Amino acid sequence: MTFSNSDPVHVAFAGLDLHGIYISGSDGNAVVKLSSGYNICVPEVLCTPAPECSAAQPHHAAAEPLKQDANLPLLSIISTGGTIASTVDYRTGAVSSKFTAEDIIRSIPELAGIARYHTAQPFNVLSENMNPAMWQELARAVRDEIAAGAAGVIVTHGTDTMLYSAAAVSFMLTTPVPVIFVGAQRSADRPSSDNAMNAICSAKAGVSDLGEVVVCMHATSDDVECALHRATRVRKNHTSRRDAFQSIGRAPVGMVSYPDGAVTLGKDAVLRGTHELRLLDRLESRCALLQYYPGMDPAVFDAFSGYAGLVIAGTGLGHVGTDCIAKIAALTAAGTLVVMTSQCQAGDVCDRVYETGRDLLDAGVVEGGSMLPEVALVKLMWVLGNTTRREDAVRMMQTNLKGELDYDLGREM
Amino acid sequence: MTDFDYEALGLKAGIEIHQQLNTKEKLFSHTPTIIRDSAEHTGEVKRFLRVATSEMGDVDRAAKEEMLSARLFTYYTYDTTGLVEIDEQPPAPLNPDALDLVLTIAKMFDMTPLPQIHTMRKMIVDGSATSGFQRTALVALNGAIDQTCRIETVAVEEDACQRVTDQVFSVDRLGIPLIEITTAPCMRTPEQVHDVAQYIGMTLRSTGRVKRGLGTIRQDVNVSIRDGARVEIKGVQELDLIAEVVRREVQRQLSLLAIKDELAARNALVNGEVYDVTSVFAKTQSQVLKKAKVILGTVLHGFAGLVGMEIQPGRRLGSEMSDYAKKCGVGGLFHTDELPAYGVTAEEVAVLKESLGAGEQDAVIIVAATEQKSRCAMQMIIRRAKMAMEGVPEETRKMLEGGSTAYMRPLPGAARMYPETDILPVPVSRKYWESIATPELLTDKAERFISAYGLDAGMAHQMAFSEKLPLFERAVSEGIRPVFAARTILASLKELGRAGISPDAIPDDSVIAVMKAVEAGHAAKEAVSEILSACARGMTLDEAIATVAPAFSREELQELVRTIVSERVDFIKSRGKAALGPVMGVVMKEVRGRIDGKVVSEVLDEELGRII
Repeated sequence: MTFSNSDPVHVAFAGLDLHGIYISGSDGNAVVKLSSGYNICVPEVLCTPAPECSAAQPHHAAAEPLKQDANLPLLSIISTGGTIASTVDYRTGAVSSKFTAEDIIRSIPELAGIARYHTAQPFNVLSENMNPAMWQELARAVRDEIAAGAAGVIVTHGTDTMLYSAAAVSFMLTTPVPVIFVGAQRSADRPSSDNAMNAICSAKAGVSDLGEVVVCMHATSDDVECALHRATRVRKNHTSRRDAFQSIGRAPVGMVSYPDGAVTLGKDAVLRGTHELRLLDRLESRCALLQYYPGMDPAVFDAFSGYAGLVIAGTGLGHVGTDCIAKIAALTAAGTLVVMTSQCQAGDVCDRVYETGRDLLDAGVVEGGSMLPEVALVKLMWVLGNTTRREDAVRMMQTNLKGELDYDLGREM
Repeated sequence: MTDFDYEALGLKAGIEIHQQLNTKEKLFSHTPTIIRDSAEHTGEVKRFLRVATSEMGDVDRAAKEEMLSARLFTYYTYDTTGLVEIDEQPPAPLNPDALDLVLTIAKMFDMTPLPQIHTMRKMIVDGSATSGFQRTALVALNGAIDQTCRIETVAVEEDACQRVTDQVFSVDRLGIPLIEITTAPCMRTPEQVHDVAQYIGMTLRSTGRVKRGLGTIRQDVNVSIRDGARVEIKGVQELDLIAEVVRREVQRQLSLLAIKDELAARNALVNGEVYDVTSVFAKTQSQVLKKAKVILGTVLHGFAGLVGMEIQPGRRLGSEMSDYAKKCGVGGLFHTDELPAYGVTAEEVAVLKESLGAGEQDAVIIVAATEQKSRCAMQMIIRRAKMAMEGVPEETRKMLEGGSTAYMRPLPGAARMYPETDILPVPVSRKYWESIATPELLTDKAERFISAYGLDAGMAHQMAFSEKLPLFERAVSEGIRPVFAARTILASLKELGRAGISPDAIPDDSVIAVMKAVEAGHAAKEAVSEILSACARGMTLDEAIATVAPAFSREELQELVRTIVSERVDFIKSRGKAALGPVMGVVMKEVRGRIDGKVVSEVLDEELGRII
């Protein structure tokens, strides 16, 4: 006997005749939802059909069209997946991304009072499955929404790699309107999910005076305030907390209080209308990021032979062991652009203080300033996608383009 | 209260018992199961909760009602709580010690374990769980209590937060493992409910692995009578009140049925029309009404006298309506059965009734608050009034002091359950189940203490049910005479308690050592309490014996007795053998607690013999 999801069944167990709904089965076991709502797992052979009971119909698909207020500004919601859009998946029993942008708007009624919405879903993945081709697709989608008249764009995204995507869009796109990346650390199917507050804050930021790419997430563990982090200066600093996202080496560019939704922008926030819409979406994906560790086998560097670019997250001020320097020199000689960043939480790279650093400079390494290693990687892909000459690439890597550096480097050259 | 013929009324009752398990760690977190004083909290977080849909796409009706007013909850945290408790980290795997204990209890009730334990989320958005749900898992089904009563299910679940004030909760209790035992609706009298609850409680305590003390066990009672409805009464903590709660619920349901019949006879009508009556009270002296922005009223046709009718001690139909209204954040309501009162004058009542066209048989309900809250409250009142015409609504209720109850929320449905996606299913193998040993019931233990150890019935029962049972069993296993051990443990505990010393302040090792010292003749049994009390103050056993009651040797005693006797030679000579009693008294005054009275008597007898 095979059953499908939602079939009514009898279960003969523990001397009882139990009634329930068949949920799923594997390895000869059936998960059955009892009328009490509890799920139990019993051998499937104990289940028989219960045709006298009506089948329970899951009604996920809300049929009503979205109610939109024509007097409100237009926001676009581009959904890419992630926890903010997740619900239970009976294949694995874990959560997976299933919600569309429309589902998000329906499940958070407050959004309807802030703006009217256009939605798009270029793809739907957990963020660990993102890649540079998807960043490009995403940047194009954002560009299209702005070109079509969106007053702001909200990108819902898994939090694990949100900073990579946000930084990539930030480099590829020059925007006149706010582009807000938002996610959730607790899945949308729980009453305590941070998805609603983060989404409401992101919508408020989306209609604000901001004019740059930011990440909008809980500022603290409390449901009272979201922070707007510059896309090139943010990092996920905790695996699970709501306030995992923090600006590194600088204050957030703005705050959104909750539930009133008041947006406060910092002095250096880029304002709406400052820039024209422009997309430069080429990326050189043959780039890598390598974290140095004590005792690293210099042969590791051989793996990057033929790469266009390599970012090293070095120790302290930007170092690797002396025995690696010859390998790095060989890479740069062969045309790989090697950029040094630091695995420290914050601070500038400076390879002029210690002997090893000077040797690295001699080997052709480019100092990455205060750029976060992840951001430096994304920037390097973009820079190498848009320049062919090494000098131009070096100059661009050391120029503050989107707030990823505190100031332009290497002007003495 | 008049007692009813419950069987004739068709009383059906079932209970759910929630007992905290005394595990080292919480059910889904590696933090300790320690209850804290909320004044000691080291941090707090503020959160909103919002209702989520079930995986079938439904929204639970009880959860929906909780969301009528959006509230910001505050949670106190401690150095003994972690990120799981504030919903900032995925849960740890199901605590195997807790599951082992629940399986043990299931086996004691002859139940069938499920081959895999699937953890669910039971949605609770009243603020008592930071996640908005309580994690729970069915463990075993279908057990026996006695000939007439069955256990339907046993589940393991996490305890919720303790409420500090209205919207402030303390997360120390959140996550402590509970066993939930649900009986069938198999009880037919209030006394039977009491007896079943007591038996289950005894069985739980027989494991020696459950928490003890106030608040560690809570009973929910499900009650219905014929033509009535199933009502779940939450949080009965005192076993002695449980029968009274059932009696009062029967009384309430009978009263509501009588009201229903009377309403039908009167052709009562709830038309649901709501009027703004703010102007009627423009010059009111009522403090409540003066403050209000808007006062709304509705007429319940044919309800006069019934809204104010008592349906159980201290509760009226009006109280039920008020409970519903409070869900919207209003303080309560006024009804014309109780007016004029609370500063509302007879004239105002007359104008109110007239302006709404209410006749003599009609009742008027008014609510005073903001426009939004009043409107919401009025809808709830009208809903409850309509239910009165149907009889008894199915409800979840909470117990009030004395055993009456108040409305909490609708009975929750299956839509509040959602699979806990963060926890893997836990298999329970046949081999594991068969390897579980079940402990001896405390009642059987008491019988054995009588037959095998010679304890009297009272002492045997007291010892078996005492928290110090493990100490007693250890003492006996270490060769201390059972009667002496039981007497020492029970009597000295009582004495220490009276002196304000917690029995837990004295390590078991000390109690055992003192008993051994007495049995070896190094200390007098009369001094046990004093020695233990000195130990509780921090002395070692030797110090305690030396300070409180230095042991008295036979030689020292002989010397003392000779002195005392020599001072009373005339008295002794005149009285002869009869002098023994009075002189014994003088000696005992000096040596009580330091040497056995039997020895004193022997020595004194010898010395008197020399003189007489």
